[in-house]
Amino acid sequence: MWKWLHPYANPEVSYHFTNKLLPWLSALTAIFLSIGLVWALLFAPADYQQGHSFRIFYIHVPAASLSMGIYVAMAIAAFISLVWQLKLADASAAAMAPVGAAFTAIALITGAAWGKPMWGTWWIWDARLTSELILLFLYLGVIALHNAFEDKNLAGKAAGILTLVGVVNIPIIKYSVEWWNTLHQGSTVSKLGKPSMSLDMLWPFIFCFIGFALLVAVIICLRFRNEILARNSIRPWVRELIQKNTVNNT
Amino acid sequence: MTLKAQSTQETENLTATIDNSMIGDTAQSSQQLSYRHAFMLVLKRDLTIAMRHKDDIINPLLFFVIVVTLFPLGIGPEAQTLSRIAPGIIWVAALLATLLSLDRLFKSDHLDGSLEQMLLSPHPIFILVLAKIFAHWLITGLPLILIAPLLAVLLHLNEQSYTALLLTLLLGTPVLSLLGAVGVALTVGIKKGGVLLSLLVLPLYIPVLIFATSAIDTAALGLPYSGQLAIIAALFFGSLTLAPFAVGAALKVSTN
Repeated sequence: MWKWLHPYANPEVSYHFTNKLLPWLSALTAIFLSIGLVWALLFAPADYQQGHSFRIFYIHVPAASLSMGIYVAMAIAAFISLVWQLKLADASAAAMAPVGAAFTAIALITGAAWGKPMWGTWWIWDARLTSELILLFLYLGVIALHNAFEDKNLAGKAAGILTLVGVVNIPIIKYSVEWWNTLHQGSTVSKLGKPSMSLDMLWPFIFCFIGFALLVAVIICLRFRNEILARNSIRPWVRELIQKNTVNNT
Repeated sequence: MTLKAQSTQETENLTATIDNSMIGDTAQSSQQLSYRHAFMLVLKRDLTIAMRHKDDIINPLLFFVIVVTLFPLGIGPEAQTLSRIAPGIIWVAALLATLLSLDRLFKSDHLDGSLEQMLLSPHPIFILVLAKIFAHWLITGLPLILIAPLLAVLLHLNEQSYTALLLTLLLGTPVLSLLGAVGVALTVGIKKGGVLLSLLVLPLYIPVLIFATSAIDTAALGLPYSGQLAIIAALFFGSLTLAPFAVGAALKVSTN
């Protein structure tokens, strides 16, 4: 496996690999998201209690779970870059942080919009809301620390250490906040067991979830590509690439 | 200027002593003694420096007292309201006071170069960092604990919760110093690290705040609060064992 993985540590190889990956990922994203969102927003049955306002669920839940998933992915990348000193892992962690922050913000905003008709208030100091808010703070801290260093290699290392400290702390914060106060409804899409929602609501959710996950992958690939170019801007292959592109365009 | 020279000289003494002790150690005594020796040396150096800048000890303490006095002025002097929010006020003020004092932990050492000397010394960074954090707690955490009962009186804290307040502060403030050290170590090389530091560290302080205030509230109701105390103790031992490693790694990044 190492033999197979090892060429991708070269920035040029992984740049071209990402390039090849992107059209496929974008096409899949378009298919899944259009099917999922149209199905979810127009054809899925309305909830017997919450009416049509429950449809925001199809954006809220994928965004919330992806916000946590991206953090874990970022922590894994940070760990790899600290232990094996892979610079590309650094670049990918840097590519992921703003995406994760954006999805955390989406989850919070859609949650507030859902909370207003259901709970009668935009914001409650409830366990899940609070821990999501803290997750947003952690993301913003990582991004701010990354921006504070001029040297990108140092920035990656420092942000990586903070990400790892955060990953140790997230479960602690989550449970502390949960014991402190809770109101948020329980999970409806219990992953492997029997889901507590009907199938014609669940299928569009699965499409939406996969669609959003792919969307995250596309955005991260785009940002990762830019990170590689920015970090290797003095290398000859980047120059050649840019010259080729400008010739093609003119 | 003289103070700076003084602290560099002390560090030189320290490194010289460490070198001497290393030579002595390889010749005769056990490794364990030298760890303790290094720990005590760093601790003594930091305490001496702190004793010579007394305002560094007094200012965070004054800040703590002033922040706590602001709340009754802002909220109103009703004893009932105050006693209800007293645990929260005292703990939030303690968090902020610790945050203010954190900067001193590595900043001056970084500026005069003694931090790099320390990182270059043959002793494990874990021990040296732990000594520095312990010194920081002795300088800022301990006075906070000593003055807290007085503020609790001013805020009409329920009489049953005094023990809980002291115990949570005793277990909780070291956690604040340990976690804060990670943040300082990450930002010590940055010019304007102060605001960034609070952004990094405050989210990590949340569990301590939640369990400490909940323990004090439970104590006010006359119920057992050993569960919350056990969790704060767990946080303490967890950060005691893990945070110095993170601080060491972060210092290596910061000093480059």
